[in-house]
Formats: sequence, structure tokens, C-alpha cells
Amino acid sequence: MTPAIETSDLTLRYGNFTAVGDVSLRVPTGSRHALIGPNGAGKTSLVHALTGNVATTAGTIRIGGEDVTTLSQAARVRRGLTRTFQINQLFRGLTVLENVSLAILERERKTRIFWRSAAADRAVAEEAREHLAFVHLAALADRPVHSLPYGSQRLVEIAIALATKPRVLVLDEPAAGVPAAQSESIFERIHALPRDLTLLFVEHDMGLVFRFAERITVLVGGRIMTEGTPAEIQADERVREVYLGRRRQHGAA
Amino acid sequence: MSGLVSILADGIAYGMLLFLFSIGLSITLGLMRFINLAHGAFAMCGGYVAATLLNLYGVPFLLTLPAAAIFTALVGMAAERSVIRHVYGMPELQQVLFSIGLAFAAGAVANIIFGPQQQPMILPDWLTSRVDILGVEITGYRLFLMGFGLVAAGLLAALFNFTLFGARVRAAVDNRRAAEGIGINVGRLFAITFALGAGFAGLGGALAVGFLGLDPTFPLKYLVLVLMVVAIGGPGSIGGSFAAAIALGAIDAVFKYFVPQVGGFVIYGLLVLMMLFFPRGLAGRTA
Amino acid sequence: MRLTRLGAGLPLLLAALAGYFLFPDYLTLFTSLFILAAFALSYDLLQGHAGVVSLGHAVFFGTGAYTAALLAAHGVQEPVTGLVVALLVSGLLALLLTRLVVVGNDLTRLLITLGIGFLMLEAANQARWLTGGADGMSDFTMGPVLGLFRFDFAGETAFFYSLAVLVLVYAFLWRLTTSPFGLALRGIRENVRRMPAIGAPVSRHLATAYTISGGIAGVAGAVLAQTSNFASLDMLGFERSAEVMMMATLGGTGSIPGVVLGAAGFSYLKDALSAVSPKYWHLGIGLVLMASVFVLRGGIAGGFTALLRRLRGRA
Repeated sequence: MTPAIETSDLTLRYGNFTAVGDVSLRVPTGSRHALIGPNGAGKTSLVHALTGNVATTAGTIRIGGEDVTTLSQAARVRRGLTRTFQINQLFRGLTVLENVSLAILERERKTRIFWRSAAADRAVAEEAREHLAFVHLAALADRPVHSLPYGSQRLVEIAIALATKPRVLVLDEPAAGVPAAQSESIFERIHALPRDLTLLFVEHDMGLVFRFAERITVLVGGRIMTEGTPAEIQADERVREVYLGRRRQHGAA
Repeated sequence: MSGLVSILADGIAYGMLLFLFSIGLSITLGLMRFINLAHGAFAMCGGYVAATLLNLYGVPFLLTLPAAAIFTALVGMAAERSVIRHVYGMPELQQVLFSIGLAFAAGAVANIIFGPQQQPMILPDWLTSRVDILGVEITGYRLFLMGFGLVAAGLLAALFNFTLFGARVRAAVDNRRAAEGIGINVGRLFAITFALGAGFAGLGGALAVGFLGLDPTFPLKYLVLVLMVVAIGGPGSIGGSFAAAIALGAIDAVFKYFVPQVGGFVIYGLLVLMMLFFPRGLAGRTA
Repeated sequence: MRLTRLGAGLPLLLAALAGYFLFPDYLTLFTSLFILAAFALSYDLLQGHAGVVSLGHAVFFGTGAYTAALLAAHGVQEPVTGLVVALLVSGLLALLLTRLVVVGNDLTRLLITLGIGFLMLEAANQARWLTGGADGMSDFTMGPVLGLFRFDFAGETAFFYSLAVLVLVYAFLWRLTTSPFGLALRGIRENVRRMPAIGAPVSRHLATAYTISGGIAGVAGAVLAQTSNFASLDMLGFERSAEVMMMATLGGTGSIPGVVLGAAGFSYLKDALSAVSPKYWHLGIGLVLMASVFVLRGGIAGGFTALLRRLRGRA
């Protein structure tokens, strides 16, 4: 079966600095795949390259078998590859409902319409409310996004991405910046996503990674160090070294 | 042939002035990300200081130049510390509105104090006389401007490349957060840099009175050219700004002289073409 | 239901009609106010809704004015026909320029809009045979509107003609800004980085907005040329571009009734301060603009909303 995501020798260079080097990644359809690695390992750079935020230096990216390497970010979204951001990228002045509705309208290419009211589109509003209900934000639909607590804003971030109806969803630290109890509930929502949706997520909290991921790729210095099931990664001496080594450095500093 | 040379000399002298007008904007744009459409007001300020000192108080021409530069630098510092530093963090739209307002207000103040007419500038004899160089006659003032511009550019380049202050500015241009992290007092650095940029503009303005004239429309009249210098040269780049200013000055002068019918178009047409093919500026750096 | 959704539009229209009965001697002033309001509304589609700045929007205003004047001078004297042609010509010009305006970053966008403004001004100045150069164009006469209403000396026809155009522009933009397309523009304003991540064609949205905005600005310019029987270089100059930005900002960029009020306040201030001296006018508007960045962020509309909220809070 064609994998949902397949990269071969994906490389991203800024001048002399190689942020991502020769990454060949295969994520089968419906998989829950975690991307881990110490700070500066190139996880976010890899997400940028995958989703088209930055142009790759070399290598290819296939989504569902189709080569998207040269496509723009928007074109990749229309082919079913959507991402969320580590730092909230929301339409802060718009309401929660508008945030999600906008993504639906773009998906259905209804944003060309300038002669009808946006609010009057029942089908769009209904679907938007469904996405919001899924992330338990239905009650806050009419509030402006900037007035929401941070944890709820992280869920809006996910609801917007869901509204694009992705086949592959790339989540860059979906629980970044929220207290532990809340990151639990955010991951619980991610876990509840339909099984046929392929998930690739970056996460720092190893507890969450081992609980929610089926496979894990470890990135160090922009390159894949190893890949395996949670049990394999947990048992891997080198992975432990990378993390423990880091911890020791932290302790010294 | 000698005609072309003397026109080129004109253009290069003009380019030197453009460089002085715009270098401060280039640095503040690169450093503070502040789109200051009112930067030309500092040049105007220096022009009025020099003209007033020379015409009203009979101060020798050469002394009016440092006076204009220092006075404008102080005005720039005061403006930066009191108001402008609060604008740095604002979105681009707010910066544009603020600085357009400042440009209008500055022009109006000049109009109220000095009136709408051109300011006369009586240059000393040794600057108005013609000089014969290799068979080409060049006005002394053109030569003076070229020499002065070269010295100013050299001094600035030395300041930025060989002093601790310059290293700090370059560090902060490249990565502000990192610069703060290693203990650079960015606020003070901004104030000094802003004052320096204003001072150079003031110097340029003082030099420009005898060449381009001076009236209250000055801040807006040279806005496009100044912005072009910055965009082509790349924000924060001294060498880039210098090259861009000289090239623009020379091109403008040559076309205005040889094809006066289209002379007014050439610079703007060039701008449009440049933006079409190099939307990020020739230096390839984004603001 | 429909009336309440139109919000401040109806009171504004009633105020304009009241002006006709209360100040019959000031019809010309009202006419120019309606025209400026329509122009400001067209510009605010870019600044207030899509969040992109242009320093050369008068290019389209002036193009519309010259189009209308040239048509009338060459025999097409019916005003509404002139409006439609001005809309198409200015819109087409805007469409041609979108490639320049939409690409690049903030600095280059400012620069390019400024540059196009000066380029057009220079072109209009050079083409004396067509535009009359610095003298402007005034040797044309307008026919009756729709063949029915002749422009009169008291300015009554001009008053209602320009008011009708403003009402149409207001209604059109009000509909557009509440439409899915309008929501997408606000999305660009609120977070241009997120837009591609939801699959939005940002450049195409901006190009559409720019074209519509340019077309409407052209209509406003055409009305000015038709009602004043004059088209001149200052209609496409930098100062007019800066003014439209000020009007939108003063009124509360992003709010349609706010922008109309801003244009009214601006015209009044300009009239009053210019009567003293143009230099005080420039000083005044400069200071207001600088202060607006710090205090009145939402302009008149923002201040009004804040006031309403406080009153309600107290009640």
C-alpha cells in the first residue's frame, strides 16, 4: 500500500547549516507517528519542509503517492496535507466560529463568493460547530479567539486544521505551552480522531509520546537516528543517551 | 564626451547626497525594523540649521556642516527617546501612519517658521568656482560633495566594521534576541544608532541646500528615491546603500540631461522593473 | 431584521438627507464629502479589511477622473456610462498592477505603490495632448444623468447623484465584507501566515481585492470629475493618496460607517484648518495621525464602540 507520507533524502539547508539532512521517512496510512529529538534536532524544520512552509534544498516528498515537492503550502493543503503550529497561528481578532468557518470556506472554494453573507451559510456553520464540538469548544464559538485561555486556543489551532479535512495531519507540539493536565486532554482529543486520518506529531513529553504513538522516529542533528515502536525506542541505549546526555548538560548548566 | 563626464559628476554628487539621506533609514530599518517615512525630515532639519546659521548669523559654511549634523542628531535622539521608540513594536501599518504624520507635521512646522519659499544659500567663492580636471570643467561644489560623501561613507564603514559599537549594531541587525542575550543594551544602541542616522541625514541636508535647494516639501520630495536606495541596497547594508545611491544619482542625471522628455520616468520605471524582477531587492535581503 | 443588520448605514443616510434640507447652501461641500467617502471606502477594503497598505491609491481615483473627463470631451456625455467605463478602466489598471503589488514584503509594497503613483503623475503631466498637463481638463460638458437629470448650478443633481453612488458603494462593500470573500480578507489581515496553511490562495484574494478597490476608487474619481467639471493632476498625486489613508485611519479602519464618518470629519477639518492656512492643516493632520497610533487605535468607530460599551456597562 502507498504510504501516506514518504520522503526520500529530504534535505533543508540554510547557507552552511543543514537543518534537515537526508531524511527518508515512511508513514503508512492511518498511522500515529511521533517525531522526537532534542532541541535543535530539526523537528520543526522537517515539519516546515514537509508542509511547504519552506522550499526544500534536495530530496522529494510524496503524499499518498503524489510528488508534492515543488507544490506550494496551499496546494499541499488541498491535497490533504495540513499542519498545526507550535506557536499559535490563529486569526486572533475573529471569533472561534469564524476561524473554523474560514478554513471550511477555503476548502470548498467558497471564498470567491462576495455577493452572499458568510454567516448565512448554514451548512458551513453547522460543520464548523461539529469541529468545535469535537474539541469541546462549542460553548465558546462566538467569542473572539484572543479572549480565550491559552489551552483553548491550542484546541482552536487543531479545529482549524480539521476543518481543512486533511488525510494527513502534522501536529507541531500540539500541547506546547499548556500545563500538564491540559496537554493530557489535548492528546486525548488527538487520540479520538478518526482512525483513517494519518497523524505525524512532534512532542517533547516522552510519557505522552509512548502512550499515544504507534511508531517513533528519533531525529538528531537533522538526521534520523533510529525509528521503531515505543517499546523499541524505550529500550534503545543511544536514544536514552541523547536524552540523558542532554539532561546531564542541563543539570550542569 | 566631456559633457558626459561633467553630467556624471553631477549625478555622482547627487548620489552622495542620496546616500547621506538614506543611510540612517537603511540602518534603522535593518536594526529596529522601523519603516520611517519621515526620515527625510531630518535631512530637511539639517538644511534649515545650516541655511539659518549661514544666512542669518554669518557662520562660515564649513562650520555649519558639523553644527547641522550635531543639532539634527540631538533632535533625532530626543524624538527617538520620547516617542519613536514606542512605535518600533507596532505593526507596519501603524508605523507608516505615524511616520507619514510626522513627515507632514515636520513640513508644516518648517513652513510656519521659514515660509514656503526656497532657502537661499550663499556658498563661499572657493566652492562656486569651476575646476579644470583633465580638460573637464567641474564646479568646485560637485567635487566637494563627492569628496565629502566618500569620506562620510568611509567613516561609517570604518565605524561599523572596526569598532565595538559597529559590531554590536551588526549583531543586533542579524539577531536581535541573541544580541540582547549576550548583554547588549539594545535600547541604548537603538537611540545612538537613530541619532547617528539622523545626524548623517542632517549633514546631507546641509550639503544639499546649495545643490538641490530647500523648502518645506523636502521630506516628501525625496522619499521615493531614499526608499529606493534602501530597497536596492538592502536594509542595514552600508556598502549596498552607497552603491545604490551613486547608481541612482548617475542614472537620474544622465537621463534627465540626454532624454529630458522621459527623464522623469526613468527612475520610477526602473523602480517598477526592479520590483518586478527582484521583489526582495538587489541585495537579496528582506526587511 | 434587514434594517438592523445595515447598522449605522441608515442613520448616516438620514443624516445626509437632513443635510440637504438643513444646509441647502452647502450642497457642493456635501457632494465632495460623499465622493471622498466613497474613495475612502474603496481604499479601506485594502487597509482595513485585508490589512495591506498602499501609498498610491489616488492613481485609480485619478484614472477614473480622467476617464470620465475624456469620455465627456469626446462625446460620451451621459454620466452613468462614464461611471461604468471608469470602473472598468480603473479596475483593469488595478488588475494589471496586482502582480507588482501583491508580491514582495511590506517595504517593497510601500515602495512600489509610491513609485507607481509618481510614475502615473509624471505620465499624466507629460501627456499634455491628452490630459491637459498641469492645467488639467475642463473643456467638457456633462449631459443629464440617465438622460433625465441635468446638473444644475445649485448642485442638487450633483448632491443626489454622488449620494446615490456612495449608497451603492456602501451597500456593495458592506455585502462584500460580510461575505466569505470578506472573511478571507480579514483572515489575511489577522494572520497572513496561517492562510496558506488552510489552503487559501492569498495572492489571488489580494489581487481580487485590489482590482475591486481600484475600480471603486475610479468610480469615485469619475464622480468628482463629472460633478466639478474638472480633472487635474492633483487627483492622482501623492497627497491625495496620503489623504485617503488618513481618512480611513481617522474614521476607524475596517469599519464601513466609521470610514464614512472619518471622511466627513477629515473634510470638515481640512476645510476649517485650510481656511486659516494650508500649513496649519498639514500640521494638524500630521499630529492627529501621529496621535492616532497611540490613542485612538480604532478611530472614530473604535471610540464610539468603546463609548457604547461603557454606557451599557453602567446601565
